[in-house]
Amino acid sequence: MRENSKQNVLICAAAKGSLWTRLSFAVMGAGCIRHKQYVRGLLYLLTQIVFFFFFKNFALEYLSKFNTLGTETQRKVWNAELQIFQRFPGDNSMLILLYSVLSLAVVVVFVCIWYANIRDSWYAQESARRGGHIDSFREDLRSLTHERFHITLLSMPMLTLVLFTLLPIIFMILIAFTNFDADHQPPGNLFTWVGMTNVTDIFLGNEIKTNTFFGLLGWTIVWAILATFTNYILGMLLAVAINSKLVKLKQVWRTCFIIAIAIPQFVSLLLISRALEPAGAINVLLQKLGLISTPLPFLLNPTLARIVVVVVNMWIGIPYTMMTFSGVLMNIPAELYESAEMDGAGPARRFISITLPYMIFVTAPATITTFVTNFNNFNVIYLLTAGGPFSLDCYQAGKTDLLVTWLYKLTVNRNDYSLASTIGIFIFMLVGSCSLLVYNRTGAVKKEDQFQ
Amino acid sequence: MKSMRTRKRICAVALNGVIAVLAIAWLVPVFWLVISSFRAEQGAYTSYLWPKSFTFGNYIRLFTDRKLFDFPRWFGNTMLVAGCSCVITTILTLMVAYVYSRLRFPSRRFLMNASLVLGMFPGFMSIIAIYHFMKAVNLDQTLLALILVYSGGAALNYYIAKGYFDTIPKSLDEAAILDGASNSTIFWKIILPNAKPVIATTAINAFINPIVDYIFVSVIMKDNYNNFTVSKGLYTMVDKTNIYEYYTVFCAGAVIVAIPVVLLFIRMQKYYVAGVVGGSVKG
Repeated sequence: MRENSKQNVLICAAAKGSLWTRLSFAVMGAGCIRHKQYVRGLLYLLTQIVFFFFFKNFALEYLSKFNTLGTETQRKVWNAELQIFQRFPGDNSMLILLYSVLSLAVVVVFVCIWYANIRDSWYAQESARRGGHIDSFREDLRSLTHERFHITLLSMPMLTLVLFTLLPIIFMILIAFTNFDADHQPPGNLFTWVGMTNVTDIFLGNEIKTNTFFGLLGWTIVWAILATFTNYILGMLLAVAINSKLVKLKQVWRTCFIIAIAIPQFVSLLLISRALEPAGAINVLLQKLGLISTPLPFLLNPTLARIVVVVVNMWIGIPYTMMTFSGVLMNIPAELYESAEMDGAGPARRFISITLPYMIFVTAPATITTFVTNFNNFNVIYLLTAGGPFSLDCYQAGKTDLLVTWLYKLTVNRNDYSLASTIGIFIFMLVGSCSLLVYNRTGAVKKEDQFQ
Repeated sequence: MKSMRTRKRICAVALNGVIAVLAIAWLVPVFWLVISSFRAEQGAYTSYLWPKSFTFGNYIRLFTDRKLFDFPRWFGNTMLVAGCSCVITTILTLMVAYVYSRLRFPSRRFLMNASLVLGMFPGFMSIIAIYHFMKAVNLDQTLLALILVYSGGAALNYYIAKGYFDTIPKSLDEAAILDGASNSTIFWKIILPNAKPVIATTAINAFINPIVDYIFVSVIMKDNYNNFTVSKGLYTMVDKTNIYEYYTVFCAGAVIVAIPVVLLFIRMQKYYVAGVVGGSVKG
């Protein structure tokens, strides 16, 4: 019976349900109360009442303005008596959108509960007809500690996930289709739906925005590839070197590298960026050594700045890859090497046919994650160069800006939320779809169940 | 035979040498931070490398000169935020990890894929929406908002804990079920007591994150100076107007923040690998 699809339950309940089951469509919990599931039935009823009040007193006000996002601007009226401008609050587009999203989420949840109510009453009716057992409330509660324990455990995390991740994302996606920017800031001004304007602006309309976007996209991809593979290859070599039988004090060396990355990035990157400035320590050192006579513009020359971020990212990233590969190396089954040695394979041969393929296979999913992290690597770019050196042919961006740091500047410095959201969605679609595709094709994830 | 041994020796010396040089390269900025924090002369830039004289003054100033930069208060804020979000995050993460590792239900794969995809969305995009929401309910620029922001995404970071739970033998569960235990009992009495290392790792991670974060706190706090955490606060010391006078004080503050993070990080690194490569490696 449980295999019935959602539609089937509703149709069955409507067509063959008893009067009480049909009553459940309008008055929630009726069917449950009929079958002596009093607590459950009353809870359903209570939900309906609460929802009704919520909808009437809160949701309706905002949802009714959802299609325009407000029509009344805040007015300033000169009050001659007090000699001041008095403000009369108008609609706040921001709050309308925010609360509409929240209300819609509540409506969705309510519909699910409503559906569950009909399903419960239909099952109870069927069960009663066959003379089966109907769970009491006590039994329901007990099932939450066993058969339905996942519901108990997941409810809290999922609630926070929906509130702090899912709804904000939906909200930001909607923002992308409005003109919420510096000139349309609530509560002083309204913003409204503008359809695909932001998307067309970026891709083919506004020349400077299009140029900036594609320029940054190109650099972001180059950066992500460079950052991922330099770290991957050099980190692997470092791990292999430290794990070699010839090296003493393995743990000491590892700890040295780990200390370097354990320093908070906002500290280490700031220090490095100061050291790279014309009067900074590195230029002083190079001048003292007599290698250069005038300071090198590490962060001022576009090409040099790009090289610098990649190199500094190696300083940040290689210890992480080294840690990963050290762990992987220690886990390669010793039998593999023993049998290879018996077959007469030398150290180089063993490395190429055993160590390398094993490491690459095991770290494949992690590499995708690293790639995504680098694509959105905010810290290294923002704290090191802040996107600079700046250039006039970019819209609010510099030569080392990634899409994600551009997005940050657009929102925090420029309040250009709609444009930023559009870019955010684009990053999300690009990165999310690619990695989902690759993830589900990787053996390690596919067989996730069997590793236990 | 002898030449073979000498070759091996040369190899060993060369390899150790290369690693030592690299290790020094990695430690130079750390060393630079520490000596700068003891430097008696002010200023971010000096025309020489080794300080002319050393002092404890920067550390003393950090805790006593509270008019412009209230470091002790920021430190307190940070500990409060990090402590609370550590507790919340750890509990939520362990619950989610257990569910995905042990329980089987129809929407499991969907939820796991959805978590993966949601995690790809640039984090601070949602922070901006949260900021506006907090503002609407008058909670913006508060420490509570910050705690919620740091622990709200806990359900997405279950990988490390799940990977560890996967390695706890299922036969333990099965035996318990035969004895009449429910899934709830298994979670509390079998899985959690057997997962102390990963509980520690999750907690340490959740504790470090608010300390080292700079973006979320800048978006949420804006300019509410009293509620800054150390990262945001220390950063204000090195803006253009203050950097000359406060650079060495900043270094002292950074050392104080870095010490606990480094210790926790070293403690945690053993389990880092299990988290990154998931179930593919036992151990």
